[in-house]
Amino acid sequence: MTVFIIRRLMQSSVVVAVMSLLVFVGVNIVGDPVDMLINPEADQAEIERVMRDLGLDRPVHEQYGYFVVNALQGDLGKSFIFGEPALQLIVQRMPATFELAIAALLIAVVLGIPLGVIAGLRPEAKSSKAIMAGSILGFSLPSFWVGIMMIMLFAVMLGWLPSTGRGDTVPFLGMQVSFLTWDGLQHLLLPAINLSLFKLSLVIRLARAGTREVVHQDYIKFARAKGLSEGRVVLVHLLKNIMIPVVTVLGLEFGGLVAFSVVTETVFAWPGMGKLIIDSLHELDRPVVVAYLMIVVLMFVIINLLVDIVYSVLDPRVRLQDARA
Amino acid sequence: MTAGTDRRAQAVAVETPFRRFASDFFESRIATVALAVFAVIAFIALFAPWIAPTDPYDLAQVSVLDSHMPPGAETFDGRVFWLGTDGAGRDLVSAICYGLRISLGVGVMSGVIAMAIGCAVGLAAAYFGGRVDTLIMRIVDIQLSFPSILVALVLLAVLGKGVDKILIALVTVQWAYYARTVRASALVERSKEYIDAASCLALGHRRILFRHLLPNCLPPLIVVVTVQTAHAIALEATLSFLGIGLPITEPSLGLLIANGFEYMLSMKYWISVYPGVALLVTIVSINLVGDQLRDILNPRLQK
Repeated sequence: MTVFIIRRLMQSSVVVAVMSLLVFVGVNIVGDPVDMLINPEADQAEIERVMRDLGLDRPVHEQYGYFVVNALQGDLGKSFIFGEPALQLIVQRMPATFELAIAALLIAVVLGIPLGVIAGLRPEAKSSKAIMAGSILGFSLPSFWVGIMMIMLFAVMLGWLPSTGRGDTVPFLGMQVSFLTWDGLQHLLLPAINLSLFKLSLVIRLARAGTREVVHQDYIKFARAKGLSEGRVVLVHLLKNIMIPVVTVLGLEFGGLVAFSVVTETVFAWPGMGKLIIDSLHELDRPVVVAYLMIVVLMFVIINLLVDIVYSVLDPRVRLQDARA
Repeated sequence: MTAGTDRRAQAVAVETPFRRFASDFFESRIATVALAVFAVIAFIALFAPWIAPTDPYDLAQVSVLDSHMPPGAETFDGRVFWLGTDGAGRDLVSAICYGLRISLGVGVMSGVIAMAIGCAVGLAAAYFGGRVDTLIMRIVDIQLSFPSILVALVLLAVLGKGVDKILIALVTVQWAYYARTVRASALVERSKEYIDAASCLALGHRRILFRHLLPNCLPPLIVVVTVQTAHAIALEATLSFLGIGLPITEPSLGLLIANGFEYMLSMKYWISVYPGVALLVTIVSINLVGDQLRDILNPRLQK
């Protein structure tokens, strides 16, 4: 077990190291922030002073060395645009992104499980076919376009909901959140639905597949034979047994929601870290781009590591297989 | 009913694998329609310069005076903009034809390259086994644990904008799926007798791999090709919409939609909506074809 965890830890650190090198070197070679940030009228002395301030006059490998040492201390450089530490900028935007992702996850579960169970109980019914067709659409429609259509329909034409932004926020556990105000909730609804569509389709499929499998099990037949009401059979006996794969997949997919929020946040101008990175990419604000990518990759590596460890605890075959390889 | 049985009997008489495959495929009406729609889209994309009413990027044919025309509007010299015009006065029908050309071209090309790389890597993993296999599959697993948009975002942040850059990003996102699929089916095929027979004949590695093993791994690969191509087209559109994909000199459907987004709030919906519909029809038709292929190529479902 310990060997397994050590191997996985080493593997994860290799991934992070490769990522940091790739991101840092690449981002440094591509953009030239001198052109972007310094007044073209400035004289040579001024240009050199600014480059020194930003550390751009050093050779790339030296810049990377500083970057690693500083990154390990939690310092990922200062934003060229905002003049604030990049890490701080991202941490400030994190609650908005997480709020959106959690709202999307809730929508996916609350709508997806009942719809999937309905489709699984009566696979031949018209309503079930409609649900499945909807889930195919949810998988194949590009979410940015759906977002645009939602803005057009609900914000521009019908005027029911605001089109962009986050609305009023209130402090909650030390963060600014919008789901506690009516205005914030209205702003949250469209982006959250937009972000959830893909996961919603996924949950519908998982719940349907699970239902179709579980319905034929003996314990369901027995529960029915005992004369339990259909509601109790579905809500207790069936639901409990389909929840395991659904919960597992959703845990894994939370990181995906954070990554895909880049798209939703840009469409709905939601001030989270996804919008921040797109803006920073356009403005060649390298420290923020590097910091975002490092944080998100680190988040994924940690999620994957935890999942691997939990799986190996639950299923010894996983770790035996790994040891043999 | 009898006519159908007759035809079936005839088909059996001269049944080749391809014929059986085709008749299985056309059994589903939805898949047939989807294939026809996709054929039309591919035709438009291939021959856009001859089909489109105007060249939207030829400045001599575009007039700013025609900008923001609603669908169906007519110019003074009698031309009709069936889907309206965009902010620069370009005819949207023409812009969509050209956009399809770019979107489909980038998607298909990235798919072909990714398939070539993925097949080679997957075959090598399955054929050589051992450490090579472990290493390759570990890399595949690690890459697939990251969402495609994040992988693309990292690469584009590193590489910058451009057609070649987005191709690299799309290939990187896709190759692992091909590698995994090919490896899985090659592992099954490798233990079959015809491979042993080929080895006994002392045929070279390369010949066994590409002439014997690869053709027998094709069925699942065909399904992955359709799904991945649709995915690549959608991802390219998304990245271009975000402004980090194709440069504005290559106006794909994603860029057309992004371009129309700013007019959305003033009710000029058509600039964004129609390129989006074109994108949608493309992706959905490819996916429907892929679904049917999956059903008929799945050995477990074969009659």
